[in-house]
Amino acid sequence: MTAYNFAYLDEQTKRMIRRAILKGLAIPGYQVPFASREMPMPYGWGTGGVQVSAATLTPDDTFKVIDQGADDTTNAVSIRKFFEKTAQVATTEKTAEATVIQTRHRIPEEPLTEDQILVYQVPIPEPLRFLEPSEVETRKMHALEEYGLMHVKLYEDISRHGHIATAYAYPVKVEGRYVMDPSPIPKFDNPKMEMAGIQLFGAGREQRIYALPPYTRVVSLDFEDHPFDPSKADHPCDMCGAGDSYLDEVIVDDAGGRMFVCSDTDYCATRQAAGHRGRLTTEDAA
Amino acid sequence: MDVIELEGGFTDAPVQSAHAFRAAMSALARPGRIEPIQGAVAPTPLSEAAATLLLTLCDPETPVHLAGAHDTDALRGWITFHTGAPLVGPGAAMFAVGTWGALTPLDAYRIGTPEYPDRSATLIVEMEGLTTQVATLRGPGIKDTATLSLPDLAAFQRNAALFPLGLDFYFTCGRSLAALPRTTKVS
Repeated sequence: MTAYNFAYLDEQTKRMIRRAILKGLAIPGYQVPFASREMPMPYGWGTGGVQVSAATLTPDDTFKVIDQGADDTTNAVSIRKFFEKTAQVATTEKTAEATVIQTRHRIPEEPLTEDQILVYQVPIPEPLRFLEPSEVETRKMHALEEYGLMHVKLYEDISRHGHIATAYAYPVKVEGRYVMDPSPIPKFDNPKMEMAGIQLFGAGREQRIYALPPYTRVVSLDFEDHPFDPSKADHPCDMCGAGDSYLDEVIVDDAGGRMFVCSDTDYCATRQAAGHRGRLTTEDAA
Repeated sequence: MDVIELEGGFTDAPVQSAHAFRAAMSALARPGRIEPIQGAVAPTPLSEAAATLLLTLCDPETPVHLAGAHDTDALRGWITFHTGAPLVGPGAAMFAVGTWGALTPLDAYRIGTPEYPDRSATLIVEMEGLTTQVATLRGPGIKDTATLSLPDLAAFQRNAALFPLGLDFYFTCGRSLAALPRTTKVS
């Protein structure tokens, strides 16, 4: 297959994206503007993550894509096929075997190693955008480190609900400087962002790239009397019995029956293969 | 134009630049780590590591400054032919290449603005050798501490104090590359 340049994008575009990634790593949490390209998929389907992955991949990589933790959903399958076709990279569903993982809205349960890179698809990179619609103003707020508005928003959560009701895209402060949107991952995943791997964030429609080097300090915003709580559904997984994984709630019948199952499909399948069983596992199905 | 200026580029640009970028990213994301990087051969005195880095990151959109002994006709011709990057003075450069003595003083380069701290120069410092000695590094990308041979300490401490503004550095020697972003605290 030689009809495409390696990894689809032309070399000048990749250089531009690579320069943005490097400045993003040098200024953790700061959103670097970049000239996002039209990709052969609609905005909202991971065009930012795809461009970052295209600039990052080498032919030696093993690529994994997850969508809400699952390897087998439409978005994940189509992006995996895209790079199989345009970059001829090996692909996998196993977290441990992947060198580059593109993700939509989850961090894998299995801790990443120093040799792995996590690429996030980001819809709205600006954490202050729903509080202040003007880009001129939010840019000035970041420059002046003026983040009072974000604390007011979390405080209003408490005054209205009795607790911080933000459950995903929970804002973090990076190295004590920039407030950053971790993309719409559940707040359960926030503590995992202090990891050994490199994290890259791409927002295609909004034309921003940002990054976290390994072991960067990432602190979820909170108050002394309302500390951050990375909560999850209070159940074990009904398929593999895991008590420490993030769970999806699935409605299974018309009578209000429901089950909880790991959102990370590879984690759940690996555990089941190792003999772990949950409440609803039937021996013949496993 | 001499033949030497036409030679030494990538033979397989998409793949070689992808490998080179991963080395550059890995080095910058983990200050103190020395990465192998190769693929481009430029006229002396430019090292293979610095030449490969320039081919990977530079194009007509990135003004380059050649400092001191690196400002030769052959090297100007090589960079112009292979990247198309405009050659400029330190104040307009996005990338600057040279020895530490030739690149300093550092206040000649752009450090970005409070609204756009990314609009800052990246300096490629050609070194006699690269070792993990001399300076202790702390900061993002480093688990506890790392070490690296640096040409200076006070200059990097002043640069880190500018954060989020400041310069980012690559150190090149032969086919090896290390990096020091503005976030790293050196002692």
